[in-house]
Amino acid sequence: MTGLSLDANGCPSGLAPPSGDAASDPSAFVRKVGKQSRLSLTVRGAKCGGCLSRIEGAVGELPGIETARLNLSSGRLDVAWSGNLDPRRIAEAVSTLGYGVAPLDTASDDDAHKKEERSLLLAMGVAGFATANIMLLSVSVWGGHGEMGEATRQGLHALSGVIALPTLLYAGRPFFASAWNVLKKRRTNMDVPISLALILAFSVSVAETIRGGEHAYFDAACMLLFFLLIGRFLDARVRRRAWSAARDLAALASRTVTRLSADGTPQSVRSEEIRPGDRILLAPGERAVVDMVIEQGESEVDESLVTGESLPRWSGAGMKLMAGAINLSQPLTGRATAAAADSLLSEISQMLSAGEQKRSTYRQIADKAVSLYVPLVHSTALLTFLGWWLIGGLGLRESILIAVSTLIITCPCALALAAPVVQVVAAGRLFKGGAYLKSGDALERIAACDHIIFDKTGTLTLGTPRFVSTGIPADLLNDAAQLARASRHPLSRALTAAAGAGPLAKDVKEHPGLGLEGEVNGAPCRLGSAEWTGAVAGGHSGASLFFARGDEAPVELRFEDDIQGDASGVIGKLSAMGMTMEIVSGDRAEAVSDVAQKLGITQWTAGAKPQDKVRRLEELQGAGRKVLMIGDGLNDAGALALAHASAAPGGALDVSQSASDAVYSGGLAPLPRLVKTARTAKAVMLQNFGFAAAYNLVAVPIAILGHATPLVAAIAMSGSSLVVCLNALRINLNTEKQA
Amino acid sequence: MSGLLFLIPIALFMGGLGLVAFLWAVRSGQFDDPDGAAQRILISPDQPLPDRKTAQE
Repeated sequence: MTGLSLDANGCPSGLAPPSGDAASDPSAFVRKVGKQSRLSLTVRGAKCGGCLSRIEGAVGELPGIETARLNLSSGRLDVAWSGNLDPRRIAEAVSTLGYGVAPLDTASDDDAHKKEERSLLLAMGVAGFATANIMLLSVSVWGGHGEMGEATRQGLHALSGVIALPTLLYAGRPFFASAWNVLKKRRTNMDVPISLALILAFSVSVAETIRGGEHAYFDAACMLLFFLLIGRFLDARVRRRAWSAARDLAALASRTVTRLSADGTPQSVRSEEIRPGDRILLAPGERAVVDMVIEQGESEVDESLVTGESLPRWSGAGMKLMAGAINLSQPLTGRATAAAADSLLSEISQMLSAGEQKRSTYRQIADKAVSLYVPLVHSTALLTFLGWWLIGGLGLRESILIAVSTLIITCPCALALAAPVVQVVAAGRLFKGGAYLKSGDALERIAACDHIIFDKTGTLTLGTPRFVSTGIPADLLNDAAQLARASRHPLSRALTAAAGAGPLAKDVKEHPGLGLEGEVNGAPCRLGSAEWTGAVAGGHSGASLFFARGDEAPVELRFEDDIQGDASGVIGKLSAMGMTMEIVSGDRAEAVSDVAQKLGITQWTAGAKPQDKVRRLEELQGAGRKVLMIGDGLNDAGALALAHASAAPGGALDVSQSASDAVYSGGLAPLPRLVKTARTAKAVMLQNFGFAAAYNLVAVPIAILGHATPLVAAIAMSGSSLVVCLNALRINLNTEKQA
Repeated sequence: MSGLLFLIPIALFMGGLGLVAFLWAVRSGQFDDPDGAAQRILISPDQPLPDRKTAQE
């Protein structure tokens, strides 16, 4: 609908190009660097090498283009050119290939997330290098046990220490910084025991090396750091992906608007520059970005994403137009009644932030585990030290050594990897299946849901009507189509699609709100509403058009908004998973009941306003249900944000996509897989935490009893991390079989 | 045992080379677009063979 769907729209391996919005004018986003002009665009739907070469090729052929480079991972297209090329042609070159495209505001794009990810990757590389090399030395020490001379051992330990020191200083910073920050606020997190273990292990090892002792823990410290950084890096990557999706959506929302200056010349400006009272031109096919009052022109307006009403509405001078509505037939000029930031969107964004606040209080399994884990680890290590020192009668040095090895071995390698690895595997798995996950904790929330609320238009149904009348003579249909070809009205399009290609009638005039008029084969014809053609409306529950040819009696042409092809199968699968379902739609009661009946959903509500949707949601949540909300419109956005978890189809409005936890494409089919994978992922995460706990039950007594030599610590740590990773990979196997 | 005196520095040096290469690769943005990089090697536009006569001249 908006041309920003995650479908394989323009991808050669995918479906037909989207029909949606015309590419917006990016001129306001061009940056001048010397003689060069630069522009960044986000491109939606590019997925493979074919897309890459087609897009770069098409843009590169424009005159004056110097570089055009598309980042396939993030969908960012950087273009640089010299001369006076109209930047609109760049956007058009991409959008005519069938990809969604929008200007990217690079001022807000100096992404801290990317820097964080990169510094974690560097730290990971350094820690990996140090671990490998120290392990090489350690293996010689372990292997040479009993044979190696003391001086050689001391030398190898010293060498390990020389490698370990810069590594800890460099790669340990993320943990030290975070631990210091929370300690200043007199709280703790997982980084506190990590930092403590690293520092203690290093200092004890230095002391032992100087003393010429048998064991040094440099290898354990570096390995610990390496494994923890892997977890941290994966976590950062999930978050950056989610964040870059949000940024793309924001970029698509920061559309440009055509403003008319005092003398009537149109000028393209950013939507945030629109002030109340500005005159705006809304071309056919364009989406209104601000609320406005129409001053001139009459047109049909598609408000399906705002209100859920599936048929267009006639709009003329003096009528209000909400942000999000699409102008279908004639150009409209109007006056903005509010800035983009506080239009109808503001009311909805209030609902969004209310929902987000509620969600931020949700605690992930990992958080809960850590809050239990940290005090436990600390007190165990402390008790071990005190026990050996005061009761066991060991010297201070031995007691500290045992306590430190306890701290190292209990340190949460497996725990740190448990959740991120699962999230990355599950998100990758879902992405292949057509669903895009926006945050890691979404998995846990989706897994908990037991009730689904569907919006109707565009979610359960295709959102585009289809011609369904039978027994209409072919010549009549062809004549009607000659009129219909002149209009962008969805019913006209459906009629044209049914009749196929053909000529256009003579002198076609569109009368917004009524219908079309023109001459076919010398006979005056009318296509439109019942009153326009002089007919009596029939009892059809869907939409209908009437066609009157010459003096013949008007014929009713019936249309229906088709249910998504796979809807009933999907609903069957979901209810087999123990989900209950209902429909809450803003559309007319007949349309909703019809769909509900066909799909076998007994509970439905029609004519629901955004507030009604939110109220219904609160009612259900008050009754202890966990609701998964699925919707695509502006009217669903509040409910999407408030629901326990939510998903939006790829064709949904930007706001709805950014309010939901997952975006899916290609019909409803990805939904059962989404639920299934989320549940499997949650189970695997719990198993991983269970395993981490079980590992500690075995390892801690060994450490407390003083048997945890560096060799044991190394085996235990790498072994436990490996098990957790392998377990996470099981998600792929599980869902492969069942979905 | 004296072999260690040579072998350990050599091992460290070679490991260090790998690390430097990795740091360079990350800093120069080679991990920014792994998907695109994987596809780019497959893209080579068809070009006519160079004309031998003109090449010799």
